[in-house]
Amino acid sequence: MTEITITSYIILGTALFMLLNSAAVAVYAERRIAGRIQNRVGPNRVGPFGLLQPIADVLKLILKEDVTPHNSYKLIHTIAPIIPVVTALMTVAVIPFGEGIYATDINAGVLYLLAVASLGVYGVTLAGWASNSKYSLLGGLRAAAQMISYELPLGMAVASVVLFVGSLSVVDVAVAQENWWFVFLNPVGAIIFIIAAFAESNRTPFDLVEAEQELVGGFHTEYSSMKFGMFFLAEYMHVVINSMLMTTFFFGSYHLPFAGYWLPEMGTAAKAILDITVFTGKTAFFVFLFIWVRWTIPRFKFNQVMKLGWSRLLPLSIINFIVIAGILFFFFNG
Amino acid sequence: METYAFVLLAVLAIATALGMILNKNTVNSALLLVLNLVSIAGVYLLLQAQFLALIQILVYAGAIMVLFLFVIMLLNVDEEESLFDKFRIKYLVAFLLGVVIFGQILYSLGGVTDMLPEVSSEMVQIGTVEAIAEVFYTDYLFAFEMTAILLTAAVVGALLIAQYKVKDSGETE
Repeated sequence: MTEITITSYIILGTALFMLLNSAAVAVYAERRIAGRIQNRVGPNRVGPFGLLQPIADVLKLILKEDVTPHNSYKLIHTIAPIIPVVTALMTVAVIPFGEGIYATDINAGVLYLLAVASLGVYGVTLAGWASNSKYSLLGGLRAAAQMISYELPLGMAVASVVLFVGSLSVVDVAVAQENWWFVFLNPVGAIIFIIAAFAESNRTPFDLVEAEQELVGGFHTEYSSMKFGMFFLAEYMHVVINSMLMTTFFFGSYHLPFAGYWLPEMGTAAKAILDITVFTGKTAFFVFLFIWVRWTIPRFKFNQVMKLGWSRLLPLSIINFIVIAGILFFFFNG
Repeated sequence: METYAFVLLAVLAIATALGMILNKNTVNSALLLVLNLVSIAGVYLLLQAQFLALIQILVYAGAIMVLFLFVIMLLNVDEEESLFDKFRIKYLVAFLLGVVIFGQILYSLGGVTDMLPEVSSEMVQIGTVEAIAEVFYTDYLFAFEMTAILLTAAVVGALLIAQYKVKDSGETE
């Protein structure tokens, strides 16, 4: 484990600040892009181009009455919205945003990411249970089943990346993609990872957790005011985080395509600015992909979600892992 | 600093463990167990065993306990009636056994004087993934493989049981 210096704190603080704000930007982007896709305008009244809409939304949420259902489990009902926000914020600690720009380099950083992601399910599940409402409970149960199912292919896809790197440190994963992004070396893993990441962040086509037509509001039916706001914030932070993870694991992290072959040597400051720009650009693209898919593709049925997870993605990801391990062992002797 | 962290985590672990046993609500019990697992993971971290700590959270807190919660919520287990409503001889036996085991634990803890061992430079390396993998695949290969076979057998068994029930209900429909 590397020493923790003042720089780490500065980077961590900046990253957390950016992540919290990126959720607001993502909400705005979602509503504008949704408007565009559905041939309407979207929010354009508050501020120039409606840019201040997220602030207005948050103000509205804060001013609303905070209702707790009469027969709910009050303590858990209150704690539940905090969990997904905290787990989303914990993730940025190990993500490298540029060459040498990371808060900390944990020896088992990839496992840390998976561990933190696996804790996020508690928020949704407990919210569903503590509300003491049948719609919420169904949403919570669906969340638990879905997230456990898709953690496995997600983990296997990440494991197939680790085979190439030979290290569980996220910084090493980023460095190893200087010449070849892993999406070129491991396309099946990349596709599995993207699908599983969509399911993990409960976005369409996997948003059965809050399917309006069947479950009213799903797990957050009984939530109002800023408690609902926390879930809303967490959803968009998870979208941003998952975009960052896709970028880090498969799309070269902060490297331009094949950068090792053609990119000239640069000064530290110039390299840092380029790295962060490239990383942010890729993340923004994947956030756009999340939004694009949500407004284009209809939702699955729940049995289809389970079938896709267990009998399609999981075997495929295991076969992918074994094939890659075999190729690396027999042909590259690594 | 480390001692304070250890005391905090240890108190949290014991408190949540007690809370888990004494709580009558099954969901609360499960949640306290999650907290207990996380605080023990924190103790592992203090001992520089990062791999163990992360696996503890990933496997136990993140997967197994979610499954527990799922089952508890799905079956909607009602609050357990108080244990002492119906006093039976087996509770007495269980209580005596518990006292014996508690005594053993206290006895074995009696010789410990230091709270935390000094973390030497060798220990820092022992908790890493590389060090654990090296030991796994050399010294303890047999035990490792046997565990793998055991787990595979368990998975196949679970699958068979699940499949059997599906077929059965399919025929009766």
